[in-house]
Parts: sequence; structure tokens; C-alpha cells
Amino acid sequence: MAVLLSDLKIGEKAIILDVNIDEIPLKLLEMGCLPGNEIQLLQIAPFGDPLYFNINDSHVAIRKETAAEVSIRLEKQI
Amino acid sequence: MHNTTIKVALIGNPNVGKTSVFNQLTGLNQQVGNYPGITVEKKEGICKLSSNSKAKIIDLPGTYSLNASSIDENVVIELLLNKNDIDFPDVAVVVTEVENLKRNLLLFTQIKDLEIPTILVINMSDRMALKGIELDIPYLEEEFNTKIALVSSRKKVGIDNLKNLIQDYKNLSIEPCLHASSIDPEYFDKLRKTFPNQLLYKLWLVITQDVNFLNLERNEIKSSFTKSHADLKRLQQKETIKRYQFINDTLKIGQTIDKTKASDFQSKLDRVLTHKIFGYVIFFGILMVIFQSLFDWSSIPMDFIDESFANLSSYAKINLPAGEFTNLISEGLIPGIGGIVIFIPQIAFLFLFISVLEESGYMSRVVFLMDKIMQKFGLSGKSIVPLISGTACAIPAIMSARNIENWKERLITILVTPFTTCSARLPVYAILISLIIPDKRILGFLSLQGLTLMLLYLLGFGAAVISAYILNKMLKLKCKSYFVVEMPSYKIPMFSNVGINVLEKTKAFVTGAGKIILAISVVLWFLGSHGPSNGFDNAEAIVLKSNESKTISTDVLEDKISAYKLEHSYIGILGKTIEPAIKPLGYDWKIGIAVLSSFAAREVFVGTLATIYSVGNHSEEETTIKNKMAAEVHPETGDKIFNFATGVSLLLFYVFAMQCVSTLAIVKKETNSWKWPIIQLVFMSGFAYIVSLIAYQILK
Repeated sequence: MAVLLSDLKIGEKAIILDVNIDEIPLKLLEMGCLPGNEIQLLQIAPFGDPLYFNINDSHVAIRKETAAEVSIRLEKQI
Repeated sequence: MHNTTIKVALIGNPNVGKTSVFNQLTGLNQQVGNYPGITVEKKEGICKLSSNSKAKIIDLPGTYSLNASSIDENVVIELLLNKNDIDFPDVAVVVTEVENLKRNLLLFTQIKDLEIPTILVINMSDRMALKGIELDIPYLEEEFNTKIALVSSRKKVGIDNLKNLIQDYKNLSIEPCLHASSIDPEYFDKLRKTFPNQLLYKLWLVITQDVNFLNLERNEIKSSFTKSHADLKRLQQKETIKRYQFINDTLKIGQTIDKTKASDFQSKLDRVLTHKIFGYVIFFGILMVIFQSLFDWSSIPMDFIDESFANLSSYAKINLPAGEFTNLISEGLIPGIGGIVIFIPQIAFLFLFISVLEESGYMSRVVFLMDKIMQKFGLSGKSIVPLISGTACAIPAIMSARNIENWKERLITILVTPFTTCSARLPVYAILISLIIPDKRILGFLSLQGLTLMLLYLLGFGAAVISAYILNKMLKLKCKSYFVVEMPSYKIPMFSNVGINVLEKTKAFVTGAGKIILAISVVLWFLGSHGPSNGFDNAEAIVLKSNESKTISTDVLEDKISAYKLEHSYIGILGKTIEPAIKPLGYDWKIGIAVLSSFAAREVFVGTLATIYSVGNHSEEETTIKNKMAAEVHPETGDKIFNFATGVSLLLFYVFAMQCVSTLAIVKKETNSWKWPIIQLVFMSGFAYIVSLIAYQILK
């Protein structure tokens, strides 16, 4: 079963497998949220939303519902 | 030799230090205007390259890519696609920064596809050693088909090299650095064959973007090459992946990063600043400091300016030959201008703080921190930026709401932003607070007046949030909730950037408001010192006659005459007509005139009172505006006009009322309809009237 980006825990890294292109704004794709790129969850805002990621070396915050449209594969912690 | 001017377009992502590169190139030699027809700020400046050549540099709005999602970003594409535009650049300078090179290069590869000579600036090179980053410049120059300028706009390094590259722009390659058309060869081949004279990437942009395009028959391209929205987006995704592949591959060889040197300063600071308790405490603390200082620090220069103008006014009166013209200067112009100049310190402080918050990268953390809470009120975390910068002026604030991706959240933000206390209300608050709140300190350091000011700001903010909540329940709009916010690295704000920004904004405020105030104070002075002949011209005789039986000093008599004159002037008659409507709020007709005239712009209130009282008052001691207001008494009862109840009622009126023609105009522009500004005007001012009425009736 695919893991969703919204399930990531703070500090965990993952590789993006697929994005639901109908629900993801182009701007986020341009920030590097694309299949194959590495993503790490850095912070969660108070009350659990939004989420603050390091995507392909860009620091970006998005809402949880958007993160739920991205499927990922967890990376082993180094 | 013939002088040449090279046209340069400065392009880049937000947060790469593009503006500081611009400032370094042009110094103070820059001007700010608007693009025709739209309210996007246009900045240009002149840069001297050598003894006989210079460059005209246009600082284009920051954009993440050529796929525009706002009118600011549209400006970039429209210029770069239109060779006939007088500003069409000879050379494009794409600014990137060393820590976000990968993402910044996406835009660069797109610009290269337009076959415009392009220079790549890699900014913040001073942070390379700190972050353990090394770049193989010759290799990167080769791969990207360009010249690279390593620049540190902060340390003023590399700017001369950049100037040389601009001067030699003719030697730059216009060859693209990758072939994006390979994402769908069949489609692009057909496109190429149909329009052999056009640039392929340009055609692609015309198909995907919603921009005005003059030379191409847009419909023609569209009809034969239409794809569904989803298909286009899929292709755009492919294009983006393709570009990133190229960038990643190139940087793998051309860039080495020693990860051990990467300090985690940012993540540590992030953890504190976005902490679920400390985050809010710090945010609130910063707001506290801002409001305390607005009242405390700026009072010294303000008092000085106030005194100076009062002295100037009496100097003019004594030394200029007596007559109509002198009266106009000493009673109309000088108090009117003084009424606006006095607020320069506070406004400059406010712009300073906002500028520092933006430049340091802290504002994005506030957006992140507040998003969830703001969502409950139908707003976005990004609404924080308009709501905070609305404390300076609602007009740029409403424009900054363009960053909000979701239309419903954006509309609500636009509608409620005018509730936040803008700098034009500051003059009104400042003078009323100093009249009705004692100058005391709580706990030895918190000024009571400063606290009152903060309370008024919170009240405005509360009104904004509550009406957002109501609007969110009422508006039936379905919108996808997109929210993407970049979290830039923390930077110590650069003095020159902040300074230029403060200077520019303050200048715009003073000249903009100054014109209105000047015009209104001249009109007011005329209306106040002239009247229909009967009552006005015979004032002296009438007053003398009615006081025949009493024995009073000449001073009092003179005051009575001038008061009588004012009452029977045009303005007095006008004021008396509206008095019944405002009396329940505790205002006399003079305040009524001031409130009425401040529907043009709020800050006019103080200037109006200053002008009215100058006309009506002839005693020597009460020279500053504040003293004049404090001395104003009710003609029959002898009570102070600006007592506590009236003061509170006035303050509340200014907290809630919609009194700014320019804001209404901008709301009309941004929402593209008269419906919303009219709703704002009626609802806000009606609410203000009711609240002030209740407050006065309870307190009196």
C-alpha cells in the first residue's frame, strides 16, 4: 500500500512516487514536488497543519490535504 | 562617441535578493511607477556602465516560473514575449541564490528558451564557504550556454563584473540549454511546421498561459492546438521534470556540497519560532514592541514638528503683510501641511518594522504558524501579510492578497483588510488618545497611551477576523484550497534595502496624502472664512449689539465675534445642517466637518480640525493642534468638547468606518466589481455609526 506524504513524521525522509496532478498546483511541482525527488518533513505547525517540508532542497509549507495527494516511499534513516 | 543605453530586465524567484542586486546596480537612481492599467509596481533605474554607456534596468516582479499564476507574474511574460514593447530587454539578468540554486535555475532554463541574451547571477556567494558549497563556474557556464556572475549583493562583491557582462551582452549565446520539446515530439513538430517563423517555446507559452499577445493570432493557434486542461498540465509537469533532470544532472558535476558544514541554524530557529507556545508568544511580543515604539519613540520628533509648524504659522502671520493671502498661508496651508508632516516619524517606523519582518524571512514563519487558525475564519495563513501590512496602508495590503491561491480566501481577505488600523488612522488615534488618556505608566514601563493604541489595533484586527468568519459562512463559493508558501532562509535585513523601502513608501504617503490634504485645507479655509453676507459680514455689529448690556473685556468679545463668524460661514452652515445626525454620537458640527472630510482620506481629520480651529481661534498661547483641541469648549455649557465619551466615540468610529476613497477604488480593481466596495462602505460605516452611538450614550 502506498504511503501518503501526509503520513510522514517529523525528520523522516522519503522519495516521491506519484503526485495527483489534478489536485496539486503547478507551483508546487515547480518547487520540486515531482516523482523521483527526495522530500523530508521538517516541522508541523501547531494544531497539526500545515506541514513544512524540504523538497529537493527547497523549503516549502503546504496544507495537509494537499500532502495527501502525494504518494511516497519511505527512506531508511541514515 | 555616441551614448548607448542597454535595456536590462532583472528577473528572479522571490527571496533571492533580486531587489538588493537592483539597489546595488542603480543606487538611489531609481523610480517607482505602475504598469499601465494595472496596479503592479514598476521599478526601473539607471546604472552607469562606463563613461559612454549606461543601462536602464527594470526590476520585474518576482516569479517562480514563466507559468504565471498572478497578474504580477503575467507582467514578466508579457514583457518577455513582446518584442515591440519599448521595455523589451536587450539582455535578461536572471538572479538566483547559491542555497536554492536548483529551484532558481528552473526559471533560468525557461528564459534561455526565449533566445534572449541571458546572464546568470548567483547571489549570496558570501554564504558558500559557510554552507560548504563549491561551484565549477566554467563547467556551469558551458552547460548553461551563458556567462555567470558570482555576486554578493550584501558584501557588494561582483557587481562590477556583472556590469561588464551587461556591457558585453552582444557576446552572449542565445542558444537554449536544453530541448524541452522532446516531451511530446509529435505535437511540437506540428506546432513548429505550422508557425515556422515563431519561437517554439513562445508558442507553447501562448497556448498554456493566459496572457495578452499582440503579434500572434492567439485564437488561430488555440483552435488547432487545443488540448484539455488536464492534458496541458500533464505536459507542463513533463516539461518541469525534464528541466529538473537537466538541472540535477548539471549540478551533480558542477556543484559540490559538503553536508557536514551545513549548519542547522535555520531548523533550530524554526523550531523555536514556529513552536506551539513560544511561536505565538514571540509573535505577540514583536507586535507589542512595535506598538510601544510607535507611540514612545516617535513622540519626540513629532512634538518637535508640531511646535515648528505652530511657530511657522505665527511667524507667517506676524511678518507677512496682513490680508487674505496671508490668512490663507498661515491659517490654511501651514496647519494643513503640518497636519501631515507630523506623522512622518510614525509612518516611517511602521514601514521600517514591516520591511524588517519581510526581509528577515520571519513573515513566512508567521504565515505557517497562523494558517490553521486563519482557516477557521475562512482566511489563509497568507492573509496575515495583508492584515499586518494593512497597518501601514490598505492599498498595498489588498494588492499583496494576490499571493493567496484560493479565490474565496482571497476575496474575504480583501474585504476585511480595511478593518486593520492603517497609518492614516494613526494621526487621528494619536491626537485623540493624548487628549483623553492620561500620560501614565503601568508597572513602571508600559505606557498607558501605548496600551490604548494597541487595544485599538486589536479591536480593528478582531473586527476583521469576526467579519471574515461571518463572510465565510455567508459566501457560497467552492474553491480548491491551494496553499504553497516558501520558507526562505533567515537573513539579517540589509540596511540599504530597508532604508530605500522606507524612504520610498514614506515619500509616496506624504505626497499622496499631502495633495489631498492641501486641497481640502484650502477649500476648508475658504469656506470657513467666507459666508453668505447677512450673518457673516455683520458679525461684529451683531455680537456687539447682543452684548451691549454686559461688561466684558475686548479679548472675550473678539473671541465671541470670531466664533460667531465661523458659525455663520459656509462651513458653519454646512456643519449645522449635518449636526442632528452626529449629535447622538457626541460630536459638534466642527468634528462633523472633520469626519465628513475624512471620507476622502482619514488623516484629513486632524488637518481639518487644525484649519477650522485656526480660523476660529485668535488667542496666542494655544498654538499646537493638540492644545487647540484641548482648549475647545462647548459655547453654552463651557464643557470640554473632547471629553472622554466623545473621544471614545470618535476612536471607535475611526476603528470601524470605511473612510478611504482610494481603498474602495483598489477593491473595485482587484475584485473587478462595484458590488464589493459598496458593501464594504455601507456595512463598515453603518456598523461604526451604531457602535459609536452606543459607546457615547453609555459613557456620557
